[in-house]
Amino acid sequence: MKRSRIPFFTTLAVLVFFYLPLVILSVNSFNDSRYGGPWNGFTVRWYVRLFQDRQIWHALQNTLIIASTATLVSMVVGTMAAFALNRYRTRLQMVHYGMIYSPLIVPDILMGMSLLLFFVALNVKLGLVTIFLAHVTFCISYVAMVVLSRLQDFDFSLMEAAQDLGAGHWTAFRRVMLPLIMPGIAAGGLLAFTLSLDDFVITFFVSGPGSTTLPIHIYSMMKHGAPAVINALSVILLLVTFVLVSASRTMREKIQ
Amino acid sequence: MTTLSKKKKHEGLITGPSFFWLLIFFIIPTLIVFAIAFKPATPFGGIGEGWTLGTLFDLRNPNYPAIIWRTVWLSLVSTVVCLLLAVPCGYCIARAPKRLRDVLLLLVIVPFWTNFLIRIFAWKVLLHPEGMLKQALVFLHLCSPDATLLYNPFTVLLVIIYTYLPFAILPVYAAAEKFDYSLIEAARDLGASQFRAFTRIFLPGISRGVWTALLMVFIPALGSYVIPDIVGGPGSEMIGNKIAQRTFVDRNLPHASALSALLTLAVMVPLMITLVNHYRQPVVQRKGKGAAQ
Repeated sequence: MKRSRIPFFTTLAVLVFFYLPLVILSVNSFNDSRYGGPWNGFTVRWYVRLFQDRQIWHALQNTLIIASTATLVSMVVGTMAAFALNRYRTRLQMVHYGMIYSPLIVPDILMGMSLLLFFVALNVKLGLVTIFLAHVTFCISYVAMVVLSRLQDFDFSLMEAAQDLGAGHWTAFRRVMLPLIMPGIAAGGLLAFTLSLDDFVITFFVSGPGSTTLPIHIYSMMKHGAPAVINALSVILLLVTFVLVSASRTMREKIQ
Repeated sequence: MTTLSKKKKHEGLITGPSFFWLLIFFIIPTLIVFAIAFKPATPFGGIGEGWTLGTLFDLRNPNYPAIIWRTVWLSLVSTVVCLLLAVPCGYCIARAPKRLRDVLLLLVIVPFWTNFLIRIFAWKVLLHPEGMLKQALVFLHLCSPDATLLYNPFTVLLVIIYTYLPFAILPVYAAAEKFDYSLIEAARDLGASQFRAFTRIFLPGISRGVWTALLMVFIPALGSYVIPDIVGGPGSEMIGNKIAQRTFVDRNLPHASALSALLTLAVMVPLMITLVNHYRQPVVQRKGKGAAQ
């Protein structure tokens, strides 16, 4: 039977649409013209300028501190939440599920705004700590959802088998369940880490003086000129993303 | 009885951390937004004493209906376009041979993980008055040298679609991958046209994925702020821009809260519907498993 070719051509067009701006951006990062106009010759000076920019390094450092701490905390809290949601079917868990699910859907600007008002109402000084608190808040939900989907595939008879063979509840959990769930927790952590690295809107609302993160720095560079340096930075971030995504996909295939 | 209370204790212990964290940093702040919408503003950018309905009356400002209308139509149109593109893409990826499917999926996931400021900025470079696209269009006599491709609502629409399309493709793909394609063949054998088999068999079969895709585009689009801020002009502001402007430029927090409360209510309706749908699903599956045992 002849299949329609429309889906194939749509997909092709969509991929061109996805990558055309990114390719032009990458090409422009080697263009020796300040505003990315007509081709002015090949240069790497934007990359050199980028590596000499101290503010970028400082912003990167802040970003990494927040992303790693927020990931650690949200991995622990989110995994516990996923276990609770998977194990119990009570009214409390129904409310709990709603609380975990809502931050995934609510637009960033609302979350940023409400947290800003919360910190202002409590007279908390805005800075790295408030950014950390905000990031943990949205990361918990992502970790919980990823781990929960892993738990739903888990065969609980394995736990019973371990206990029948004499393992205590804790031993069975630690030696049987945890290793099988670990890839899910790691995947949730990776997602939380990336989301924290990338977050701009929520961070923008709850950041204070001296707590500039990389996305905030990129935004201010966009607003106040220096487009050529952003091109160079974008190319590096794109490469990092590409390597991370490919690596996590190969890792997952190896596990399966 | 003791096992019951022990179970309760265990449930409380593992539910507690996330429950209280989200109560403190998500639920209470959201309630504060609604409360501050009824507070007066002080001239120094603070929040005044007492309660007032004045802030809500300020929302009748003649600019707002236009901005709200623009926010709604931009979100609706971008959602429709994303779905129209995501369904054939999801289908194509799901039906591709394994190796090609992995490549296609990777190509969709990379933009999904790429920093969204950079993806927006890429369009600014592309559409820049001196940028390559503009030069090419002028060269081909497709647009006049002084036309501006940036800073209008259609650019905002284009970039919203660009930003959220991967979020629509992935859930549609996930549903299309599980779909049983022999059903389509059966429909065709029974005389259904290709189009009819598609609308009556395939679409209902992947409805859950389509529904998720719809929410993943529509709700964030309603809250767009960075996209109109970077590629839009004064004539393409959305509610999100007004919230940010009231917060950072005018420092009128009650006003920003009133707008946020409005947006929260708008988002609440589709959110509640999904929540009910999602929560019901696993319960039903679970009951089915229990009955089978």
